[in-house]
Amino acid sequence: MMRYTMGRLISLCLSLIVASIVIFTVVEVVPGDPAAYMLGVNARPDTLAALRSELGLDMSLPERYFAWTTGMMQGDFGQSYTYRTPIAAMIADRVWVSLPLALFALTLTIVIAFPAGIYAASRRGKLGDLGVMGATQLGVAVPNFWFAMILVMIFAIKLRWFSAGGFAGWEGGLLSGLKSLLLPAVALALPQAAILARVMRSSLLDMLGEDFIRTARAKGLSRRQALWRHALRNALIPVLTIIGLQFSFLLAGGIVIEQIFFLPGLGRLIFQAISARDLIVVESVVMLLVFVVIVVNFVIDLTYAAVDPRLRLRK
Amino acid sequence: MRLPRSLLIGGFLSLLFLGGAALSLFWTPYDIEILSISSRLQTPSAMHWLGTDQLGRDMLSMVMMGTRTSIAVALLAVGIGMGLGVPLGLLAAARRGSLLDEVIMRGNDLIFAFPSLVIAILITAVFGAGAMNAIIAIGIFNVPVFARLTRGSALSFWSRDFILAARVSGKSASRISVEHILPNIANLMIVQGTIQFSLGILAEAALSYIGLGAQPPIASWGRMLADAQTLASIAPHVALVPGMAIVLMVLGLNLMGDGLRDLLDPRIRVTRT
Amino acid sequence: MSLLSIQNLSLSIHGTAILHEVSLDVAAGEIVAITGESGSGKSMTAFATMGLLPQGAQTSGKIALEGSNLLALSEAQMCSLRGRRIGMVFQEPMTALNPVQTIGAQVAETIRIHEKVSRHEALSRARAMLTRVGLPEARFPLGRYPHELSGGQRQRVVIAMAIALRPRLLIADEPTTALDVTTQARILELLRDLTKDFGMGLLMITHDLAVVADLADRIVVMQRGRVVETGATTQVFRDMHHPYTKALFAASTHRVDLPKPPPPVPLLEVRNVTRSYRGARHGFFGPRLETQAVKAVSFTLNRGERLGLVGESGCGKSTLTRAILGLEPVQSGVILLGGAPVWTGNLPNLAVRRQMQVVFQDPYGSFNPRHRVSRLITEPFHLLENPPQGAARSAKIADALTAVGLRPEDADKYSHEFSGGQRQRLAIARALINDPALIVFDEAVSALDVSVRAQVLDLLAELCRNRPLSYLFISHDLSVVRTITDRVMVMQAGEIVEQGPTEQVFAYPQHPYTRKLLAAVPQLPDIRKAPDAS
Repeated sequence: MMRYTMGRLISLCLSLIVASIVIFTVVEVVPGDPAAYMLGVNARPDTLAALRSELGLDMSLPERYFAWTTGMMQGDFGQSYTYRTPIAAMIADRVWVSLPLALFALTLTIVIAFPAGIYAASRRGKLGDLGVMGATQLGVAVPNFWFAMILVMIFAIKLRWFSAGGFAGWEGGLLSGLKSLLLPAVALALPQAAILARVMRSSLLDMLGEDFIRTARAKGLSRRQALWRHALRNALIPVLTIIGLQFSFLLAGGIVIEQIFFLPGLGRLIFQAISARDLIVVESVVMLLVFVVIVVNFVIDLTYAAVDPRLRLRK
Repeated sequence: MRLPRSLLIGGFLSLLFLGGAALSLFWTPYDIEILSISSRLQTPSAMHWLGTDQLGRDMLSMVMMGTRTSIAVALLAVGIGMGLGVPLGLLAAARRGSLLDEVIMRGNDLIFAFPSLVIAILITAVFGAGAMNAIIAIGIFNVPVFARLTRGSALSFWSRDFILAARVSGKSASRISVEHILPNIANLMIVQGTIQFSLGILAEAALSYIGLGAQPPIASWGRMLADAQTLASIAPHVALVPGMAIVLMVLGLNLMGDGLRDLLDPRIRVTRT
Repeated sequence: MSLLSIQNLSLSIHGTAILHEVSLDVAAGEIVAITGESGSGKSMTAFATMGLLPQGAQTSGKIALEGSNLLALSEAQMCSLRGRRIGMVFQEPMTALNPVQTIGAQVAETIRIHEKVSRHEALSRARAMLTRVGLPEARFPLGRYPHELSGGQRQRVVIAMAIALRPRLLIADEPTTALDVTTQARILELLRDLTKDFGMGLLMITHDLAVVADLADRIVVMQRGRVVETGATTQVFRDMHHPYTKALFAASTHRVDLPKPPPPVPLLEVRNVTRSYRGARHGFFGPRLETQAVKAVSFTLNRGERLGLVGESGCGKSTLTRAILGLEPVQSGVILLGGAPVWTGNLPNLAVRRQMQVVFQDPYGSFNPRHRVSRLITEPFHLLENPPQGAARSAKIADALTAVGLRPEDADKYSHEFSGGQRQRLAIARALINDPALIVFDEAVSALDVSVRAQVLDLLAELCRNRPLSYLFISHDLSVVRTITDRVMVMQAGEIVEQGPTEQVFAYPQHPYTRKLLAAVPQLPDIRKAPDAS
């Protein structure tokens, strides 16, 4: 177990290093002169020079990369060029919208997908299975941002159950915060739940065909007992992989969905930064998102080992 | 032989959109470059089957033109994914356990770990928005899908006796990959390709919706939806029509993929993320 | 009244008839064996008794366990019966256990499903049962996971699960087929002991007549879904009536006539070959463990000689085979064919490869399903500098197919149009097409039914008579090796522990391991002395 955890930890660090190099390269090397890019064609030479020294462009590339990464490790993400405020502070406000949204959506995804997938697998080929599979087939095809628009049209504009957008904040209590995240979370979660339910079903059906299920049945377990006690835990292994990928998808998808619901999250920040050509903000927010995704996948890797004893021994 | 029902339905839907896109190359009911504010936001009628948008353009013509963009972007993205992913996967499987294999697979893991949309945003932020950058951004994330799938199924063939027999007959790893393994995993690639194609359509719609996909005057479903957003309460059809187009096309492709799988080899497992 | 009484059981699955009017009885304390080749319906009879038939199965007739008809019971009633009054052991121990649950939990589950007992008590009873089947607490605590056990040990766990509640009837479906011969002997002994101890009936399904002869009180011979012969074991062996039983017996004891080998001229020389694999690192920065799969092996195979190589799984025979075929390099030592090394520098030596071909075990995995026979069997032409074209090529194909008892017209078919035995003939045709000096048979008849196996062995003998054929015959099946080779080598843990003329090694084994191996092989009663023509 120790060795497995250490192995995953090393792989986590490597991923972070490679990811930061890729992002750094794309943002600070590819455009040529980032300062010129940020200021556009009509920049005055003295402004350009000022920005260049502010960005540290007089330093060598490795020095800049090193300064950027060590800064982030100490919580210093640099200064936004457009707002003249520390990026860390801007992120800190917004991360408490985006991260809860992604986690909320992930929870909904799992809560919907697990029962649906298990139900469909246990009713294989019967009407219930066909119904669930038909619904998921449709769910997979729905773009989440369009689904979000439909939800707004129905629940906010027609029925007026929810406000059409904006975020109540966490100060008013957990519930009111969650309420303003509910529609966006549902919009994000349903299409992903459709995918996860299908994976759950097929993974369970694979397991139900395994020899050890026959052994369990020979012990006197009913089909249902064999599914719950033996197939489910084995079926979780591929399901976990998908959940890891889905978190990344939900976090990124949230950036788009935030636009529709006017949520003050990282999405708005990143789009504002893109239109203002504020590359430093873009770079830092992207790195933060990638960091979260990599850490979540690390947690998923550890969960694997909890589910599958064979992993605990492997190198 | 009886064709699976999902293949028939899915094939019909897919052909409908493909036909519409092909037709739009020569003819659309109306010219979408001509704006007519007087006839804007009309609901569906005999004149305009799917109504008109806020600039008075015929929605059916817009959808047809948008299909073209979607298909072009998604198809090229799948092409990038297959073109790079399949050879990489075959190579990794042929040299399994080697440093090369390790590098290819770790690289795949890394791409998977990136939130794809975020990277697409990054790419377009630096290189500018446009269909080409959307294709590259979507295509990159197709590479590890095909590479992993190819490696996994190729590996299961490498341990089969007929591959050993080919090795005993002196055939090189690359020759065996092309002659024996590729034809045997072709079905799987066709099925997964269909699924990736449908995912590409969804991704293109998302990118163009946030303004990072094809730029005007090129029509795209995502942009139609973005334009419709503020009008949704006044004229719901402006938002419903392009959305339904996406759903039906993606549904059609997915059903076709499932049907193809049932037809070609029911044991095939596809990844759908 | 017998414990289990099956009367006129017929079974069809989706309309295809599988069993026809099967009748048999098992008494308490009795071991009854159902035997027959694949497709005989022997396993389906077992699954019908367990009520674990696949979907779409239709049954008629009666399966009575202590008087009550199992076919009339509801699924819930069958659930309460399974594990409590009937236990079952399966063929494949490697996959029969849940990989993510401890062995203790899995054995205890049998108890907890049927009796309202505390978790603690169930576990302590599971402990006792595991000890009873030969897994003592010291080495096999309840917290072990299946992947930490060998195949034989896993099969013991499955047995413990099946008998945890001391069922009246135990069904064992090919319980030792996937195991090595020495492990098989110990598992069979355990089953025999348990039957006696618990006074239960044992219904044993096996394709291996020799296993049956050693173990069973009574035998039921099945063919294509019908019972063709049944009776006490000794009586059936002494006085078999049905032609199928006779054919089965003859095929199981089939001997072939090999021509005398020519005077020894070395063809394949293996000198001091060692092949090791780098294992996982021990600790983070610790040394990598080296496993030596083959340790300093030396032997010579002469021209025209048929050499056997026997050993249990993991003994290194597959690794040695791959090294000989030139598929993998070796760490030290040389392998020469006709005086030339099979590896030169870092590459396999193609000039030498031309002289060698191979036939593998699996008749289904040996061919690319997408190619026609003409392409499949000419694959070795790739090794030739000037492969035959046109008419010469067709003639070669026709020759090879004829030599293995197939027709030249078969060249246009796909491999799936052939039966398992025919595919193995195709594999031999592919091996013959370049007229190689040496053919390696790697478990080449192990996957075949006995009657088909006898035919393929006859084919080999015939080929030996018609052409200068030398081969290395690798197998775990000692009885096959005994008849098809002139000389034999016994391999254990990467080393060749004994080699010599086949008859001499089998009759007077010198090495303790060879003796152990031979003693473990189940024997058919020798009835060849009895006048069979009268």
